[in-house]
Amino acid sequence: MAITDIDSCATELLACEEERRDRGPITEEWSGLDQASAYAVQDEVLRRKVAAGQRVIGVKLGLTSRAKQQRMNVHAPLTGWLTDAMVLQAGVPVPQDQLIHPRAEPEIVFVLGADLVGPGVTAATAMAAVDMVYAGVEIIDSRYRDFRFTLPDVIADNASSAKFILGGVGRRPEELDLMMEACLLEVNGAIVDSATGGAVQGHPAEALALAANDLASRGLRLEAGWIVLTGGMTDAVFTTPGTNVGAHFTSLGSIAVRG
Amino acid sequence: MDSGTREMLAHELYEAYRTKVPLDRLSDRHPGMVVEDSYEIQLIQIRRRLAEGRTIVGHKVGLTSAAMQRQLGVDQPDYGHITDDMVHLEHLPIPVDAYIQPKVEPEIAFVLKRELRGPGVTVHQAIAAIDFVLPAIEIIDSRIKDWRIGLLDTIADNASSGGIVLGSTPVGVGEVDLRLSGCVLHVNGEVAATGAGGAVLGSPLTSLVWLANTVGALGVTLEPGHVILPGSQTGAVAVSAGDAVTARFGGIGSVTARFTGDRVATTVGAA
Repeated sequence: MAITDIDSCATELLACEEERRDRGPITEEWSGLDQASAYAVQDEVLRRKVAAGQRVIGVKLGLTSRAKQQRMNVHAPLTGWLTDAMVLQAGVPVPQDQLIHPRAEPEIVFVLGADLVGPGVTAATAMAAVDMVYAGVEIIDSRYRDFRFTLPDVIADNASSAKFILGGVGRRPEELDLMMEACLLEVNGAIVDSATGGAVQGHPAEALALAANDLASRGLRLEAGWIVLTGGMTDAVFTTPGTNVGAHFTSLGSIAVRG
Repeated sequence: MDSGTREMLAHELYEAYRTKVPLDRLSDRHPGMVVEDSYEIQLIQIRRRLAEGRTIVGHKVGLTSAAMQRQLGVDQPDYGHITDDMVHLEHLPIPVDAYIQPKVEPEIAFVLKRELRGPGVTVHQAIAAIDFVLPAIEIIDSRIKDWRIGLLDTIADNASSGGIVLGSTPVGVGEVDLRLSGCVLHVNGEVAATGAGGAVLGSPLTSLVWLANTVGALGVTLEPGHVILPGSQTGAVAVSAGDAVTARFGGIGSVTARFTGDRVATTVGAA
């Protein structure tokens, strides 16, 4: 099927997700896919998922680390939608039969206690809206072959969203120094990477403020009760069957993920 | 490798410190070189510096991260010697042209109150031998062109050591979880790298135990009062004149290194 507009692009990406089919970058086929139309695709896919019974429960940020931004040659993160179908319960293995080539990345997660309305949101005002802070592991997946995409491609693909797991330890934001909150990432018992919240836009609150302001530019807001995944602290690791991923945080507990 | 060749390579490395002209990769020029040759080349240089009046104040462990071990294709760390003239004070200017191609690494330094004599040192003995920990920045440098090092090159080159900057906030080893303590490296106010203590062989304590047992097998004891740099918590970051580098460690505090272009001797530790 030729991709010629927002509607056909949404149809193709939804089909890829449902059929576990990867593909080449859409920007190589449809020159009309730019940042604005990519967010329109994202919103159209969400509209269809909501029509099918899913609920919006928050947003995620992507490309919040400088390393990833440099690799993608972009200077700002992107946002994507979270729905209730993306929640993975603790202890449940990664649903390989629903995903193409899942990877895991550790994140700082906020649950909002108040609406957060941009523009003009700062890190300080953003943190004032945070009710609780959790550790999270996001299972990302891309509908693009080998995770090869341009910025509009990945925006249209809802920022490579798939599933996420929340840690069991929730803390009030004033109890934590999120710049120093560290995560040690292990794969099958071997330490493979580590980082702190400082890797996320300098501080995860900066990422939250960016999300609020980014949504505001599209006439949207972050709502009380929503979950915000602030972006991978480390590079993502593959969660092939048999792989055990552990994410150990300074003050937010540990999360185990079974591939 | 015969002892004459070892002496010659040690002399070349020693001269590279003075001339600031880095060498071609030693291991390419001497394909028969093995790890024992490299450590002996390192020791020849250390003995020469001791003969000149320097003293050993501790050791460093290198190649402790999964990323570095992958990059060099090794599954073991290595070690080098820290001499008194390598120690800088925080906030005081460090002349960057005292080095060839310096980089910085944030580390949690151990200061010993008891000797550790391997082999056979266990983690609980290592903990009991620690007086306190300090925030630290290690300045690494390579006398090999463009940092094109292999394991044999870096060991011969004193584990690519350059200098150390110690902070001044001692903390007891039992007061902080060294594995999950976070680390943020700021360069000129921007986050340049982040990590956790566990990036160092799973725990910086593992690195200390490894060092005690490895040098112990060679008859070397880690002495009371010595400082041990167990390995970097992040990737290394290149520095140049004008850079201010701050390493912050959760529960331990911070240390700042200031690099200048002025060729002024500020190593207070030097005689």
